[in-house]
Amino acid sequence: MRIKTLFTLLLAVQGLCLTSIACAETTLVAVAADFTKPMTEIAAEFQKVTGHEAKLSFGSSGKAFAQIESGAPFEVYLSASEKYPQELEKSGLVVPGSRFVYAIGKLVLWSATQGLVDDKGEILKTGGFKHIALADPSHAPYGVVAEEVMTSLGVLDKLRPLCVMGENISQTFQFVTTGNAELGFVALAQVIDLNTGKIGSGSGWLIPDELHGPFNQTAVLLKTGAENPAARALVAFLKSEAARAIIRKYGFGSPE
Amino acid sequence: MLNEADIATLWLTFKVASLATVIMLMLGTPLAWWLARTTSRFKGICNALVALPLVLPPTVLGFYLLVVLGPKGPIGRLTSELGWGTLPFTFSGLVVASVFYSLPFVVQPLQASFAAIGQQPLEAAATLRAGPLDTFFNVVLPLAKPGFLTATILGFAHTVGEFGVVLMVGGNIPDRTRVVSVQIYNHVEALDYEQAHWLAGSLLAFSFTVLLVLYSTLKTHPVAHQLK
Repeated sequence: MRIKTLFTLLLAVQGLCLTSIACAETTLVAVAADFTKPMTEIAAEFQKVTGHEAKLSFGSSGKAFAQIESGAPFEVYLSASEKYPQELEKSGLVVPGSRFVYAIGKLVLWSATQGLVDDKGEILKTGGFKHIALADPSHAPYGVVAEEVMTSLGVLDKLRPLCVMGENISQTFQFVTTGNAELGFVALAQVIDLNTGKIGSGSGWLIPDELHGPFNQTAVLLKTGAENPAARALVAFLKSEAARAIIRKYGFGSPE
Repeated sequence: MLNEADIATLWLTFKVASLATVIMLMLGTPLAWWLARTTSRFKGICNALVALPLVLPPTVLGFYLLVVLGPKGPIGRLTSELGWGTLPFTFSGLVVASVFYSLPFVVQPLQASFAAIGQQPLEAAATLRAGPLDTFFNVVLPLAKPGFLTATILGFAHTVGEFGVVLMVGGNIPDRTRVVSVQIYNHVEALDYEQAHWLAGSLLAFSFTVLLVLYSTLKTHPVAHQLK
C-alpha cells in the first residue's frame, strides 16, 4: 500500500517536472575565488530570468584547471587569468570560439588598520611594516599582477624579503584581516562597500591599471557543456547588461 | 630532477619535523603516562582534546592558530610583549603548529603501550624499593620501547606530510616556511607537472619506506609479541 502511494507520488512529481519546467536545466560552473561574491549574485539572477540553475564551485583558478584537465564535469569555467583557458583550448577541451573576457580584475593595496595605507601607495616606498601579503605569483593571477605593480614602482627587491604568500586571493585576504600581515594586495571585490562603491573598512589604495599588465579574467564554455542549454544560456547571460551591472557593482572592470 | 628550491623545501621539512618530534616526545611522554594511569574525571576531556586534530580539517586548526597566534590573538599579544614577535610566517610558528597537529600520533601509541604494561611490573619494582623515577626509566621505558618507536616515526612522518596547517600559518616563504607539501601544490598549480612528479614521488618513496621499517621492526620485536 505504502509503496503504491509512493510510486503514484513519484509519477506525479515527474509529471510536474515535465510540464512546468520542461526546459530548466542545471549547469556546473568552476569559478575563480575572487569572483565568489558577484558570481553568487549573478547565478541567482540567472535562475530568476532563465529558470536554469548554475551550481558553483569556488577555488583557485589553477586547481579548477587541473581538475578540468583530469575530467571534472565542469561545463563553464571562469578563470581569474587568460592563461588557463588558453591552455584548455590547446588541449581541445573548449568549445571553439567560446573564450571571452567577463571581467577585468582590480587590485587594492589594503590594510585592516585605519590610516596605514595612504591613497597613493607611498607606504610601499617608505616601509614601516614587517609583512606584506600577496597571492603566490607562481600560479595565482593576483600575485602576478601584484609583482608587476611592485616592479613598476621599483620596490620589488626591497620588499621581497617581507612577502608572505597566500595560496589564492582568499587566503591572502585572511592573512591581512587577521592582522598577521599589516597590509597586502587583495581583490577590490573583497573590500568594497557595495553602497558607496569605495573601500569599506581599514585603509587601502586602488591601484591604477597603468602599473600592471592587462588583468583580463577569462571564461570558456567547456565541451562537456556544449549540448547543455543551461551552460550556453549562462555564457550568454554573463555578457548581458544585467550581469555586467553586478560585475561593476563588485568593483570589477567591465569588458567592452 | 629535483631542483635547488625543491631540495631546500625537503631540508626545511626535515628540520621542522625533527624539531616538532623531539618537542612532542617531551610533552607527550608525561601526558601519555598521566592519561594511561589517571582515574581523574578530566581524563575524557583531555583524551578528546588530544585527539581533536585527528578529526578536525587541518584548515580549521590552521585558521584558529592564525587568529590566536596573530597580533590580535591572546598568544600573539603575549609573544609580542615578551619581545618575540608573532609566530605566523616564521619557522618557530611552523614547529608550534606541527606540534599541535601531530600530537595525537605521539600520545596515542605511548598511552597504549603504557597502559599495556599494567600494574604488576610497577608493584614488583616497588617491592624492590625502586623509586618512581628509577621505575620509570628502568622498567617502564624499556617495556614501552615499541610504543616510543611508533610514536617517533608516526609523529615525524605525519609532520612531513602536513599541508593544510602549514599552508595557513606558514605564508609560503622560500627557505623559511615553504615546506615540501606546499611546494608540490605550487608545482601543480603552476602546471609544472614534471617537477611535481619528482617531488611527490620522493615523498611517496619516503613514506612507504618509513611505514615498511615501522611495521617490519614492530613485527619482529620480542616486546611487541609480549604486549599482544
